[in-house]
Amino acid sequence: MRHTVSLGRMVRSVCLFALALVYAAALGAGVLAPHPPTIQFREQIAAPPSAGFPLGTDELGRDRLSRLLHGCRVSLALAPAAAAFAVALGALLGGVAALSRGWIRAALSASSDLTLALPWFFLLVSLRAVLPMDLDPAASLAITFFLLGALGWAGPSKVIQAGVVQALQSDHVLAARARGAGFGRILMSHVAPALLPVASGQFVSMVPVFLIAEANLGLLGLGVSESTASLGNLLKELEPAAAFGPAFVLNSWWLLGAPLLLLIVTACLFCLSTKEVNS
Amino acid sequence: MKWLVLLAAALPAMAAPPIAGGGTLNMAIQGEPRSLDPHVAAEEPSELVAFLTHGVLIRVNRATQQPEAELAESWKASADGRTLTLTLRKGVRFSNGALLGAADVCYSLNRILDPALDAPNGDSLRGAAGKVGCVASGATVTLRFEKPLAAAERWMDGIAILASGSGAPEKAVLGPFTVESWQPGSHLILRKNPHYWRRDEAGRQLPYLDSIRLEIQRNRDIEVMRFERGELDLITNLAPDIFERLKAVKGGRALEVGASLDAEQLWFNQAPGAPIPEFKRAWFRSRQFRAAISQSIRRDDMVRIVYKGHATPAAGLVSPANLAWVNSAVKNVPPDPKAALALLRTDGFQLAGQVLRDRSGNAVEFTIITNAGNKSRERMASLIQQDLSAIGIKLRVVSLDFPSLIERITRSLDYEACLLGLIGADLDPNGQMNVWLSSAANHQWNPNQKSPATPWEAEIDQLMIQQASASSMAARKRAWDRVQAIVAEQAPFIYLIHPNTLVAVSSTVGGVRPVVMRPHLLWNAERLFINSRQAVTQSK
Repeated sequence: MRHTVSLGRMVRSVCLFALALVYAAALGAGVLAPHPPTIQFREQIAAPPSAGFPLGTDELGRDRLSRLLHGCRVSLALAPAAAAFAVALGALLGGVAALSRGWIRAALSASSDLTLALPWFFLLVSLRAVLPMDLDPAASLAITFFLLGALGWAGPSKVIQAGVVQALQSDHVLAARARGAGFGRILMSHVAPALLPVASGQFVSMVPVFLIAEANLGLLGLGVSESTASLGNLLKELEPAAAFGPAFVLNSWWLLGAPLLLLIVTACLFCLSTKEVNS
Repeated sequence: MKWLVLLAAALPAMAAPPIAGGGTLNMAIQGEPRSLDPHVAAEEPSELVAFLTHGVLIRVNRATQQPEAELAESWKASADGRTLTLTLRKGVRFSNGALLGAADVCYSLNRILDPALDAPNGDSLRGAAGKVGCVASGATVTLRFEKPLAAAERWMDGIAILASGSGAPEKAVLGPFTVESWQPGSHLILRKNPHYWRRDEAGRQLPYLDSIRLEIQRNRDIEVMRFERGELDLITNLAPDIFERLKAVKGGRALEVGASLDAEQLWFNQAPGAPIPEFKRAWFRSRQFRAAISQSIRRDDMVRIVYKGHATPAAGLVSPANLAWVNSAVKNVPPDPKAALALLRTDGFQLAGQVLRDRSGNAVEFTIITNAGNKSRERMASLIQQDLSAIGIKLRVVSLDFPSLIERITRSLDYEACLLGLIGADLDPNGQMNVWLSSAANHQWNPNQKSPATPWEAEIDQLMIQQASASSMAARKRAWDRVQAIVAEQAPFIYLIHPNTLVAVSSTVGGVRPVVMRPHLLWNAERLFINSRQAVTQSK
């Protein structure tokens, strides 16, 4: 048991360190990127890796490494923000549902069921279409993530509602009540600490979900505009793989190696951290 | 033309007629036909089925682009353009065995002109010719038009002749094939029409094929994979990267036909009621501004980078593939940012540092919308973004799902500029009346005008009406040439490129003669055949 715990902690430490490295690279994109991410080198279209372009160039002649670094900055900053927003909203509404009775609980429960059943993709597409046209690409991206967060509250809400109910029925809360502790004190001293690991777990597990959601939108051309670098837009380059098959993969490994690998590794890092938090 | 000649030289085996007919041709269509009624066909799958199954009095030959006698063995248009007299071919039978009569022609004409049917070709004909009278007398049909109708014979290409007493339009047809079955969401099977009237030069009954199977396949990647596996025989409208790949395959028959009739274009919203700032509307209404934008765009880069060389830079509104109507005096605009800036200065714009400002000091920046998921357009927009940054203009690109985009450009008019493509289905300028008349709904930059907003739009209105009623081809050409020159000068639409027509043909199919007009590969479907020796080899 002790070995399992220490191994888990070690895995978590490694994951956190690796995540920190990824974030450091993303935050330092302005310094580390060899070229501006949107500049097209039109005589270097789809060039293989070279000294000037370590990950080659894309089909418009833009440096892939620079776009990857800038794309990470955008996606890795906004996905956790969206996850935090979803968990905070879920905690608030889940907490209210757990503590209330009658129609309030029923209404909140119905709302969360409805939100879970919503075809969020179509909703996002429709909402994107009504945004002002002169919106800055960064603002557009931030709104996309905000909407992802706003639509993602229902899952955490259910989990936190169950956590609050369980905590309120626990022996130590009963003991506190017997000692005459007030409702506020019970919430702050006994319920909230019990919910912290649950909320953290929800947060960490939602980050990769939002990263992949943005990538899905990008793959369908509905995320951010084509010229703005984000993980979703970078993954668009993999579209031909479906039609071109293994030859495309073998000939274009540097395409696959960067954004897809980064997305998978980052998602795994967040998931492994989650395991440790949950345990 | 050059491409057609090259293709003709490259495909001698394909042109050889079969010793024995038969076989099934397999092809994919990208959507479900909305209707089997040829008179209401308005989208590509329905139009293709209508083309393959129905007959018309006069057909525009897709290779020569000239009208040819089909169900009518001859025709004569009056000098004033108000009468068209057609003599029907004798002994032509519908697929149910009934003889074609002049009464069927009048029935079909009256049906397509009925406003209640809402038939696109009928509505256009009614708009151009006013009331149309049809008189049947023996084997002769006389059509009388309320207004003079230029090139009346070309209108006949869009009017399928139906049997007057057959009920459903698909029950009795005059085309080479009949609809045998339709499995919604899966496929249609077209069976050889045993009563088809046409014979080949050796006197053999056409079509050679027994049937055509049209698979409904929206996913183009799957379509290509199935072509490579030999499950499909033909593909049209290939994307440049797929074309390059198929061309590299040994024994592959990926063919480039040349510039298509389609165009990619951008335009600015000049509508007075559009919810955009007044100073931006003033930019968009400035000829110098539009011309400078056009001059800043590197069309050759679009061709090279986005289309991998498989496109033709656009000079004007008519593709060079439209041999009869293109104004060859309209030349391509060479990219020249310095000249563009000089042009902008004449209208009060100034480059301050890296930012272009108008005479009131507003920084010039605008948003262009295009449809999401169209990789070529998104890439073109990115190239334009960099081209315009060279003259200090900041361009934002927004990709919208198609219904939202259509809503903005047709109803709410809440957009600044749009990048979209135009399908060139009709060679004749009459087919573009609904774009160029200032009162038209498809006059995209400023639709539905009560009276022309500018003198040049008034002149275009006049020229379009003039060409539509002129009886001589030379007079029509002069008017249409002038329209092309005005459009090139005023740049209400900034034409970017004409994508080349790219197709692929299985080596088992013979008789194929790809053309730029639709349907690119099936326009001579009655003369296509399956090369039995190769088909047997492949099946082994």
